Amino acid sequence: MSELYDVNVGEQIPKLATGILGLDDIAAGGLPKGRATLLSGSSGSCKTLFSVQYLYESITRFDQGAVFVTLEETPTEIMKNVKSFGWDLQSLVTGKKLAFVDASPEPGETTAVVGEYDFSALLARIEHAGKKVGATRVVIDSVSAIFSQFSDSRLVRSELFRVIAGLKKMGLTSIITAERSDEYGDISRYGVEEFVSDNVIILRNAAEAERRRRTVEVLKFRGAGHQKGEYPFTLTGKGIEVLPLSALELTMPSSQVRLSAGNKDLDRMCGGGFFRDSIIMASGATGTGKTLLVTTFLNDGCMKGERTLVYAFEESRDQLLRNAKGWGLDFSKWEKEGLLKIVCAYPEVRSLPDHLLSMKAEIEEFKPKRIALDSLSAMERVSIGKSFSEFVIGITSYIKHKETAGLFTVVPSSMQSVTSVSESHISSLTDSIILLRYVELMGQMRRGLTVLKMRGSHHEKEIREFTIDGEGMHIGDQFHNVGGILSGTPTHIVSGESDKLRGMFEK
Amino acid sequence: MSYILKLYITGQTPNSLRAIENLNAICKELVQDYELRVIDILKHPQLAEDDKIIATPTLVKELPPPLRKIIGDLSNTEKVVLGLDLIKK
Repeated sequence: MSELYDVNVGEQIPKLATGILGLDDIAAGGLPKGRATLLSGSSGSCKTLFSVQYLYESITRFDQGAVFVTLEETPTEIMKNVKSFGWDLQSLVTGKKLAFVDASPEPGETTAVVGEYDFSALLARIEHAGKKVGATRVVIDSVSAIFSQFSDSRLVRSELFRVIAGLKKMGLTSIITAERSDEYGDISRYGVEEFVSDNVIILRNAAEAERRRRTVEVLKFRGAGHQKGEYPFTLTGKGIEVLPLSALELTMPSSQVRLSAGNKDLDRMCGGGFFRDSIIMASGATGTGKTLLVTTFLNDGCMKGERTLVYAFEESRDQLLRNAKGWGLDFSKWEKEGLLKIVCAYPEVRSLPDHLLSMKAEIEEFKPKRIALDSLSAMERVSIGKSFSEFVIGITSYIKHKETAGLFTVVPSSMQSVTSVSESHISSLTDSIILLRYVELMGQMRRGLTVLKMRGSHHEKEIREFTIDGEGMHIGDQFHNVGGILSGTPTHIVSGESDKLRGMFEK
Repeated sequence: MSYILKLYITGQTPNSLRAIENLNAICKELVQDYELRVIDILKHPQLAEDDKIIATPTLVKELPPPLRKIIGDLSNTEKVVLGLDLIKK
């Protein structure tokens, strides 16, 4: 392959922004200008929608005319199908911004082929339509359809090659769509890539673990840079939205302002509280007090007049309110005052990319100062492939950009152990980690807490015992004469031995 | 019976000229009453739009119904006759 990402910027092919959300990020600016890009995908992979959006954005955002050559559906059908996105193509046609070249097969019409022919007519029509609207962009959707109309695929291929060369000559930046039969097989049916080989984008709609996952991949841009690999995209009310996760940059602002966790002892252990723009992970088995931590964290925000937002993936709104009441905190009051927003949903209701988008929209609208997610492990349950780590990266970077504090709870896979899949995914993305652990001692289950990590700040290193009662969490003293708490196998150390140990370090 | 035929071409290419020649020969021999319009798409692109022409040459038989299209330089007389439902004189 000939990806030349590291050639000098001056030598690169100029790009033309598509205006499709997120796509221009992974395409490093847009489609190669004045060239043809093959858009290949199986049926139902949103090829037509992608193409229509490309033209729609071109007209409405950049005021550049566009031509849609349809070989499959009629223009009326296309206009009707995209109406649900609020795109009024008819008015664009009337306003001489969009032109259709209708080459869809007429139902019931028989066409015989006798002797030699070429596609000059198609090219002439595209040229005519392009002149009418002052087009810079054109879409041909889809060339696979033309192969089924004509039996001589060798001739069709060479004629299409001529048409595409003609589009380049007119200086149009074009998208040519083609069908493919396998998500991970040949690039396209009928070997279309043989004549539009410069640039290839692939749309996928793969089923994994009984779920559909839509992704877009820029396979190649000859002589121009792009991000590599598959990126998830989803359909929103505004069309296609690509989540350019790995393309995110670590350029978040950093704040020195501290927030209270709603617990003085915990604040002290963290060296004065959490940073305002930090991501805090609280990891603990069920019943160790994670939700309590979330509750006091949010309550403290509300008391200071900050907006707070909580996502509860395991408990209902009523349960949360009741829990808070049990600790003497009135959440329904905060809700009424508009300081607290509780969003309860089963993670299963949508896919992770969709969750991410709706969360972004809620954060954008509500503008909270504190966000809690209880629990992140519930999201992991519905994830497939890389989608969980993409989700975590997406949400953490978004929250940080907004200078918001995020508290995520995580359940480790076994009752006492430290590790869990989600921890290993996100521990490096978080700024602070609080571990909540059961400690089995002398036939009793006791609870221990430690601040494992506090990026950019001093923090206590002790493992302290804590208790939970009707007033909340009380952090007590360090565990004495106990070792191996974090490894999940606490052992009692005889006092003589611990004196000896202490003696070793004091000298 | 009267025939209305349209032949779409794109400029004076060898294919176009051959198609005109072949069609004229067939009509003279087999059709008594016909009206033939040769349309150059380069000059009248809007007409090609209405008939959804993508390949040239394309022969369209408008009347009598049913509407038929034949793509190509019409070099095989037998197939053209068949395609147009021509009744031999």
